[in-house]
Amino acid sequence: MNIPAIEDTEQDPSRQELLSFHVGLQEYSIDIISVREIRSWTEATPLPHAPPYVRGVINLRGTVLPIIDLAKRLAIPAGEKTDRNVIVVVQSGDNTVGLLVDAVSDIFTVSDSELQAPPDMSSDGSLKCVRALTIYEDRMLRVLDLAAVLPQPDSEAA
Amino acid sequence: MADIDPMAEIRASFFIECEELLESLQDGLTAMDDGDFDSETINVCFRAVHSIKGGAGAFGLEALVRFAHRFETVMDEIRNGRLEPTRDTISLFFRGADVLFDLVRASRDDESLDDATVELILVDLEALVGARLAEEEAEEAEGADFTPMSLSLDPIDGDDHSGFALMDLDAPLDDPAIPPTSSAPAGFKIAFHPAAELFASGNEPRHMLAALRDFGEPHITCDLSNLPDLTGLVPEQGVVGWHITLETSARKEEIAEVFEFVDGLCELSIEATGSAPALPDLESIDLENIVIPGPRPDDDTPPQDATPEPAPATPPSASSPPAPAKSKDKSTGSAKATVRVDLDRIERLVNLVGELVINQAMLSQSITEAGVPTNSAVGSGLEEFLQLTRDIQESVMMIRAQPVKSLFQRMSRIIRESSAMVGKSVRFVTEGEQTEIDKTVLERLADPLTHMVRNAVDHGLENTDGRLAAGKSADGIVTLTAAHKSGRVVLEVKDDGSGINRERVKQIAEDKGLIPPGVQMQDQEIDNLLFLPGFSTATEVSDLSGRGVGMDVVRSAIQALGGRVTITSEPGSGTTFSISLPLTLAVLDGMVVETGGETLVVPLGSIAETLTLTAADIEQLGADTTLVRIREEFVPILDLAVELGFRTPLEGYEGRSVLLITSEDNSRTALVVDRIVEQRQVVIKGLQESYGRVAGIAAATILGNGRIALILDPTDLIASAGSSGPHSAQPFAIAG
Repeated sequence: MNIPAIEDTEQDPSRQELLSFHVGLQEYSIDIISVREIRSWTEATPLPHAPPYVRGVINLRGTVLPIIDLAKRLAIPAGEKTDRNVIVVVQSGDNTVGLLVDAVSDIFTVSDSELQAPPDMSSDGSLKCVRALTIYEDRMLRVLDLAAVLPQPDSEAA
Repeated sequence: MADIDPMAEIRASFFIECEELLESLQDGLTAMDDGDFDSETINVCFRAVHSIKGGAGAFGLEALVRFAHRFETVMDEIRNGRLEPTRDTISLFFRGADVLFDLVRASRDDESLDDATVELILVDLEALVGARLAEEEAEEAEGADFTPMSLSLDPIDGDDHSGFALMDLDAPLDDPAIPPTSSAPAGFKIAFHPAAELFASGNEPRHMLAALRDFGEPHITCDLSNLPDLTGLVPEQGVVGWHITLETSARKEEIAEVFEFVDGLCELSIEATGSAPALPDLESIDLENIVIPGPRPDDDTPPQDATPEPAPATPPSASSPPAPAKSKDKSTGSAKATVRVDLDRIERLVNLVGELVINQAMLSQSITEAGVPTNSAVGSGLEEFLQLTRDIQESVMMIRAQPVKSLFQRMSRIIRESSAMVGKSVRFVTEGEQTEIDKTVLERLADPLTHMVRNAVDHGLENTDGRLAAGKSADGIVTLTAAHKSGRVVLEVKDDGSGINRERVKQIAEDKGLIPPGVQMQDQEIDNLLFLPGFSTATEVSDLSGRGVGMDVVRSAIQALGGRVTITSEPGSGTTFSISLPLTLAVLDGMVVETGGETLVVPLGSIAETLTLTAADIEQLGADTTLVRIREEFVPILDLAVELGFRTPLEGYEGRSVLLITSEDNSRTALVVDRIVEQRQVVIKGLQESYGRVAGIAAATILGNGRIALILDPTDLIASAGSSGPHSAQPFAIAG
């Protein structure tokens, strides 16, 4: 259904398609270009000495995929664990990780002019992960900065 | 990987070929260094440089062409027997080969090399020839008036100081069966008219004409008599021919060999000229057994009547090496047939086979869970499947395996350079060059090995005076060996120096605060101090040390490959560093264990033994430390689940399983787990690329149930437990 929209974004670089999902009671979104696939929740193997938001690793068709619990990463209360919980497999640069979210909700298109910068609240570390805010069907949507969400291999090593 | 420029591809394969050629050049030089001056050996070297030059020319790599050309010219002097291959000459050639290697690399990576170094070596090289040529010119002038009465029969040692020897340049050196008399300038008249098929089959007349130059200076005239009018010209039709007069001592077969590949694709006639009247009809005579003895009547050189030797020469044996011209065309005659495959494709195959192994394990598990008896048809079929999977896996691993030879050759260069730098004379001995290791391992070994080899030269060996005083030969010996031992590859770097000065090592470690002063230590423990970060024994900083890289880096590089380094040292007779490596980075023999609700894999190689704890074995020491008594020894207990943060410490460890881990420094630790599940091969999946390094964890694998299990790095785990955990006071952490 979204084929025209995709063409739109290709023709008009100022328009982008976003995938939105629920984390706890809030709604977040990411650029759909970075989404590789969406899969159902499988139990992850925990990693020792990992930060709390790293749930562990799962087997994604033979590769090791780290899973980030987005609720923990953003330091917001997670919603109830249901079987609608999904892993959004995203790629940012050379990194591929799975984001654990409560449920995927929508795909929509916005133009750059519809995005506004988040308020500067540097005291709240989780805000660094939010790149922009936008309004869609009268709801506030937070657009994530993927690179900021992903663990940096070097700094996380310890 | 979108559009691959076909030229880039050809260029890439040229550089791969260069590596092979450089390798054979090294081989040849090494053989010459060992006293093998067989003409074929010399030819191999010459051909390697020549082929590199040829290829480089095609790609317009000028710096490479220029160097290769001049290098080749000097080599040609040896080939022609004009230059004596002394040890100095060969060592200069080695340096030349090194520069050639650098130039190839630089051309490949589009970098430029310091012209000065290149020029320096060329000057040295050409000084050899220059001296030679000057000498020869002088001799020639001197020798113009007399006729030498005899000639050296040995073509290699043919450093014959006669004017005549100069005329003999183009005699094929590799056939000593030809008596020198035959070199009296006979010749051939060759008519060569390529047919259309010759061009259609991709042959190039130019190369053949050029190949004739190996026999003598050809006078080539183009025969355009068949040239039609422009209107009648069929471009595919061969219309041009050549008449060649060649002054040579070579036999007719040798000339004919040049045209061997185009037999039937051209009109060819080879007629002998200037031969002795005694042999009027060369065509009808068995040339195998007869060599043309006569001088050309119209030759400038005085005829060599002194040695007429009518030539019932020994027939060239069938096994004699091929004439240079021929072998030049077929650069690798008898080499095994090989296929060049892109590494990515192999990588993909390896991954797929990895998947197959996992899949097979999952299938076995679900069949077992379904309650199918093992003696059923399905069970035995599965058994065969298992066997097949293993075989496939092994074969695939073999594809990636490569002999360590190329690595050893690089080390020989390191030895040359570093020995020159510290002014020690070093003999480099290698053993087991054909031992094969996974290509990835091989590549990643280069740096640590370089460092160890340098160390052996710099720190291991005494200087010449020291050696002589100790009653040793002046030349230090560094030995590099490779061998397969019980499923692993063991590399050894051995020097015959004075061994580790343990007093000094300990003193330095104390001075640098690496160990508390006055501690009693065993020899082995002192040796292991070398691996401590921040340790360097060089009191005076030589050119080689002070690079900021210590043995600790070497050790961690080896450990990253799943390997271990150990030192053995004998005062007065030398030090040996052994590197033990897994055959491949892709599979691992592991023990699957469960602890704290998680499944983990412990590399089998690190486990000395396993046992189950009884209450009698367990002893408390102080508040936090639990020891287990194993025979007469007390070993500290480390709870794996606690260490990895899976649970809090248990009240008692009775009934748990223990894996006894022996570290490199021979200290032992008892790793406690809940249960040992099984022993099996697991496919290693990197964790580092997707997540980053995790302390105590080497990698991950996928189990039969499709879940990921972590593979432990016990040494790292124990070391980090020692430094950060509650057991930090334990001595086992010293060299961990």
